Amino acid sequence: MQANMRLRAAAGCSRAAITPSVRPGPIARHAVLAQSAAKKKELFMWEALREAMDEEMERDPTVLVIGEDVGHYGGSYKATLGLHKKYGDMRVLDTPICENGFMGMGIGASMTGLRPIIEGMNMGFLLLAFNQISNNCGMLHYTSGGQYKTPVVIRGPGGVGKQLGAEHSQRLESYFQSIPGVQLVAVSTVRNSKALLKAAIRSDNPIIFFEHVLLYNLKAEVGDSDEVQCLEKAEMVRTGTDVSIFTYSRMRYVVMQAVAELEKQGYNPEVIDLISLKPFDMETISKSVKKTRRVIIVEECMKTGGIGASLSAVINESLFNELDHQVVRLSSQDVPTSYAYELEAATIVQSSQVVEAVQLMCGPALVPA
Amino acid sequence: MMMSHTQLPASGAGRRAANGRPSRCPLRVRAVAAVPKLATKAVAPSSYTNLTPEVAKDLYYDMLLGRDFEDMCAQMYYRGKMFGFVHLYSGQEAVSTGFIRAMRPMDSVCSTYRDHVHALSKGVPAREIMAELFGKKTGCCRGQGGSMHMFSAKHNVLGGYAFIGEGIPIGLGSAFQSKYAKDILGQEGDYDVTASFFGDGTCNVGQFYECLNMATLYKLPHIFVVENNLWAIGMSHQRATAGTSGDVEPHIYKKGPAFGMPGVHVDGMDVLKVREVALEAIARARRGEGPTLIECETYRYRGHSLADPDELRSKEEKAKYAARDPIPQLRAFMLSNGLASEAEIKAIDKKVADEVEDSVQFAEESPKPERGQLLENVFADPRGFGIAENGQYRYELPGFSSGTAAVS
Repeated sequence: MQANMRLRAAAGCSRAAITPSVRPGPIARHAVLAQSAAKKKELFMWEALREAMDEEMERDPTVLVIGEDVGHYGGSYKATLGLHKKYGDMRVLDTPICENGFMGMGIGASMTGLRPIIEGMNMGFLLLAFNQISNNCGMLHYTSGGQYKTPVVIRGPGGVGKQLGAEHSQRLESYFQSIPGVQLVAVSTVRNSKALLKAAIRSDNPIIFFEHVLLYNLKAEVGDSDEVQCLEKAEMVRTGTDVSIFTYSRMRYVVMQAVAELEKQGYNPEVIDLISLKPFDMETISKSVKKTRRVIIVEECMKTGGIGASLSAVINESLFNELDHQVVRLSSQDVPTSYAYELEAATIVQSSQVVEAVQLMCGPALVPA
Repeated sequence: MMMSHTQLPASGAGRRAANGRPSRCPLRVRAVAAVPKLATKAVAPSSYTNLTPEVAKDLYYDMLLGRDFEDMCAQMYYRGKMFGFVHLYSGQEAVSTGFIRAMRPMDSVCSTYRDHVHALSKGVPAREIMAELFGKKTGCCRGQGGSMHMFSAKHNVLGGYAFIGEGIPIGLGSAFQSKYAKDILGQEGDYDVTASFFGDGTCNVGQFYECLNMATLYKLPHIFVVENNLWAIGMSHQRATAGTSGDVEPHIYKKGPAFGMPGVHVDGMDVLKVREVALEAIARARRGEGPTLIECETYRYRGHSLADPDELRSKEEKAKYAARDPIPQLRAFMLSNGLASEAEIKAIDKKVADEVEDSVQFAEESPKPERGQLLENVFADPRGFGIAENGQYRYELPGFSSGTAAVS
């Protein structure tokens, strides 16, 4: 648990660094677009997340950060670097190693008027906080008959990194998705990471906020202090006609890498970043399915019980007559993530698999490039 | 003669070390076991803090309300008016009353599944609790919580938790908020205090220890109240918990100093002793001196729940504790010390009986929740249900609340 994950992830990120030309996601009815025409400086994703927290903590004195090494250490992934100097030790609270305890403490604080951002140093560690996340975070607004709300943001890095071993490579979104009363959000770009975190902090619902361990060193422009992004809306990454590819988090880049290849072969896929893993944005999803009539889900979750399993079921149930092909899921294999590079790579979805799936599903491209 | 059931220094302020400098040591409370032989008659009301007739009668009223209410719950359960797991507090009233009646309205209480009486002591109307137990929409949690999940934001009752130990961090969070409100947000006055109540079995749960540590580390205005009734369903305390070093018996209060806070043991069958300990711990927390761990020796007269056949506890043990019933103890004390007359006590008895009857009638007559209530409190912000195919938020769709529109 105490491995210096920050250095590993930074080193490993270069292998996965892909900065495709993605369109910024549509900002829905509850967001405000930045209007400035001047070129903004670029930030790393960890800086963008930090800027989000800094802005929200400045705006609202009831916002605080709780977690292991978030304060003096600056955060294992630097997402809170320097914030303790500005806000003090109580607003950037270094905790002992007791996830269930400090998760519950944060939830109790949120019931009584504060708005904590609770960091899991790695999302996998939140397995230890499952009791609190399920019973108190998710359910408490309901069991109290609406008397107490739990406006927490539970955030941290998850996903498969570079040879971090099985326990540091987990995808907890699939474990948490059944908990009633929580929203699950997965960020993917520098811009959406900041805008979504701001929205999550302002939300009165508990938001489980998935960052990816390999995306922290992406660099791009961010929105200004007013830009928040709708937590329930998916992002259109690339419009197309042949097939709808639904994905999220780092797999967005794997998909776009495949798209670069597919475009050469004459395919025209539509790529949608789910953003909201729970609830699903059925407007964006259904519009796309009705247009392309083919669906591939590309995720890093295990096949069994993953986000893709839920999405596939929903599409099957509500859009059956819009489909020309069964929904295809590209997911990680139901295997603990190996340490060895080759085995790790074989566990997760690679871009070549995405290319192959589109080829199989769509047949030969109608219009060669 | 001062009967000291603990050796609490009178006040934290003004203590000086031998060299005249202010002492920096935290309050050192040495725990002393209760001395049950000492008859309450021998102790004058003046040895207790501010024990006026009004206070004494309030204590009596509150304990009796707890007792009568729980007796009524048993009746109603066996008559098929309430269901599921119901855990009654009968016998432990001195702890709830002794602590909670010493707290202020802005203080908070956190409990476990044995929570009806904590809610009553905190001021939640008996009607709201009984209606909740009957599963009616007029219950304090709209019928959605039930016996094990009593909440009242108005009275600062933080719940009602089915998994033992999971409420303690919540209580700690409330204490954290109290410290934050004053230290960061500049709220006037002293700290609001939170007390979390739980049993001997909980003292083996990891969260208990995690919270003892954080409470001292962050110096939170939180009181850990252990209601040691010697049994966790069928596991006796001795069989579940290892003895502290040098002891044969396990002593929960001795774990306090291991985590940097005073550990106090008190006779939990005597409401006046409990109240004294409570007042001191509350004052400590209010002054900003941090948490206290208090172990109350108490007993539940009924089984773990209404489904428990209660075959493991010996007749002798039950008889021993029945003889220490806190309510007749207090009644006798009040009468022999002129704190209340027979007539006043009878009046309180009647008041309580009426209140409990009224709560049943209210619960009986209250309507059940409608179908439309099902989805109302899943989210504080109903946008959490997501966006439907037509672009509207699901909760905006006609028919959503009656469950006819898609909910996933």
